[in-house]
Amino acid sequence: MTRVWLLALGAFAIMASAMSLLVFIPQAMFASVEAAEALPRYTQRQARGRELYIANGCVYCHSQQVRDPAFTTDVDRGWGTRATVPADYVYDKPHLLGTMRTGPDLINVGQRLPSVEWHLLHLYDPRAVNEWSTMPRFTWFFEERDEGQLIPGEKPITLPPGRAPKGKIVVPTEDGYAIVDYLISLNRTYPVSDTNRVMKTIGGRGDHGGK
Amino acid sequence: MTAPPRPPSHTPSPDLAAVAASRGLAPEDLEIRLRADESSRRIVLLAFSVAIVWLIVGSAFGELASLKLHWPELLTRTPWLTFGRVRTAHLHLVNYGWASTALIGTALWLLPRLVHTELKGAGHAAVGAILFNIGLVLGVIGVLMGYSDGMEWLEAKRWVSAPFLVLGGGLIGLAMFRTVAARRTDHLYVSVWYILGAFIWFPMLYLLGKWPGWSGVESAAVNWFFAHNVLGFWLTAMSVGAAYYFIPKVLGRPVHSYQLSLLGFWSLACFYSLNGMHHLVGGPIPTWMVTTSIVASVLMFIPVFATGINLHMTVVGRFTALRYSPTLRFVVIGALAYTAVSLQGSFSALREVSRITHFTHWTVAHSHVGGYGFVTFVCFGAIYYIVPRLVGHEWPSSKLIRWHFNLVLGGIAIYVLALTWAGVAQGLAMLDPQIPFSESVRRTIPGLYGRSVGGVLMNLGHLVFAYHFFLMLRMPQGLGKRKRPPFHEAQPILYTREAEGA
Repeated sequence: MTRVWLLALGAFAIMASAMSLLVFIPQAMFASVEAAEALPRYTQRQARGRELYIANGCVYCHSQQVRDPAFTTDVDRGWGTRATVPADYVYDKPHLLGTMRTGPDLINVGQRLPSVEWHLLHLYDPRAVNEWSTMPRFTWFFEERDEGQLIPGEKPITLPPGRAPKGKIVVPTEDGYAIVDYLISLNRTYPVSDTNRVMKTIGGRGDHGGK
Repeated sequence: MTAPPRPPSHTPSPDLAAVAASRGLAPEDLEIRLRADESSRRIVLLAFSVAIVWLIVGSAFGELASLKLHWPELLTRTPWLTFGRVRTAHLHLVNYGWASTALIGTALWLLPRLVHTELKGAGHAAVGAILFNIGLVLGVIGVLMGYSDGMEWLEAKRWVSAPFLVLGGGLIGLAMFRTVAARRTDHLYVSVWYILGAFIWFPMLYLLGKWPGWSGVESAAVNWFFAHNVLGFWLTAMSVGAAYYFIPKVLGRPVHSYQLSLLGFWSLACFYSLNGMHHLVGGPIPTWMVTTSIVASVLMFIPVFATGINLHMTVVGRFTALRYSPTLRFVVIGALAYTAVSLQGSFSALREVSRITHFTHWTVAHSHVGGYGFVTFVCFGAIYYIVPRLVGHEWPSSKLIRWHFNLVLGGIAIYVLALTWAGVAQGLAMLDPQIPFSESVRRTIPGLYGRSVGGVLMNLGHLVFAYHFFLMLRMPQGLGKRKRPPFHEAQPILYTREAEGA
């Protein structure tokens, strides 16, 4: 090759076409995706919890997607009732689909584990809940205070014998409650319309074809 | 048999013509080469020095992240040091800090040589490199403090870190294009294609990835379009470009086939660019997008075989030369790793394989075959070749080079084998709903320990390398003697051996 402009033009054109095919054309298709009817918006506190989920890198070990039962055993494992579809993620900015399952999938964790107390304990000391867990402790979502320094209205978490710091109580912070609120909000087990299901396969509305 | 001894440092400088003749060059060609090297000397040494600092720091973060996966109680009181943050700091430091900066340095050195001119705009390239690294530091500190944009490979904050990276990268790219515009050659060597391509592709990808408008599953498509292509069109492109230079150069033998170079370059561009969606196989994006990427991933056989055959056929019959040239040893192993990682990637994209391997440590092992076995090895080889030509003397110790090589090769081998095994065990356990999830965690633990052991060896290798680099810069002999031809490696290596045998 002897011409720089030809090289540059070719390189640019190829990348631009690939972007069109895998980003811009799908974007036009996704424009017709509406949020699933039963999907609520995140509350302010849940949105804060989602920020904390991102800040602490939860996504590097936990995915948020259930794949088709014909392809994998995600549903058999109890991670959901159906494959998730684009309409389940309309309020997610950015997505947190994840690429790793060092820990279990969380897209329906709110349905599976709806207890605030469970999540608080698990965040403070994962191995107090599951001895096999390799999850980090998130101690900065809690304040450890001397016994008797409880402010009225606060609720310390209940730790199993031997897991509590000596002479201390463990009180969740606002952030601790926020991330738990977010986790419990994760529930995509509601049924979705055929339109939304077809969207998953072809990426456009049902009237473009489909079954 | 050993390489000929280094000329003693007090030898008087022979005149240019004699030097040129001894290397089989016309005096004006040698003049061009010396001026090209001189024009890029400061910026390249700066880039390599900074890159090596990030290699040390970034690898230490990697080791910490690795330890945390089987030692979860380690350092859990500090949010800065939680797994999710140190892992991301590691990714940014080794990819944007180490590999990108080292490859930028390599490209800035290669380009003037290949187009027979001086580096134009070395000054603004240096400013660019500094800005790029400021952006990196801001991004990494942000991640450690919990400020993240949330998409993998793109976590550094959009309005804090990204402007520095864009401006810095742009100033470096400008120097590349100015240099090519001032070229005195007609033909563009294949390495130049890859370097220029990288500086066209990376800005396009980064702007797309950092565009603030994406949400929902669309942001997932953008995320993996970027993250996969930043490997293919930035790190891989510049590493393949470097391999295309160093292998023929050290061997004193032309590249096997020009046609294959062309095929390899353009087919890489066409097929690699469509690969990204295989990271979302089975996920909630339209099936046709994933299928497109799977087909393109299999079509990657074409560029990989074209480039692989081309590079390997250049070496075939000359493998003994690997014993004499550290550059060749690192770059040839890097080229082999490129072929291996690409074929592995094509297979991993297939649905039947990714049913098992998706969402497991397999992918992490795979990315290290590419990012380390290929890209990092090429960077090591490039630095071993370039630095003596910039500072005017040979590396002080062949023993340190051997230690470096053995430690990092042993380390990455253990790393990849242990983690690949862990990934398969994890994937098989997760695929069987009768097996509780906890088993998929337990079964990976031995492999994760293995990975940490491999990581320790790699980190030790980096320390040896950094120490040697420091000695190299501190050695006084080279000062003021830049016209002296001190390296036996300056001649193609087989040339030297044959001359010696004769």
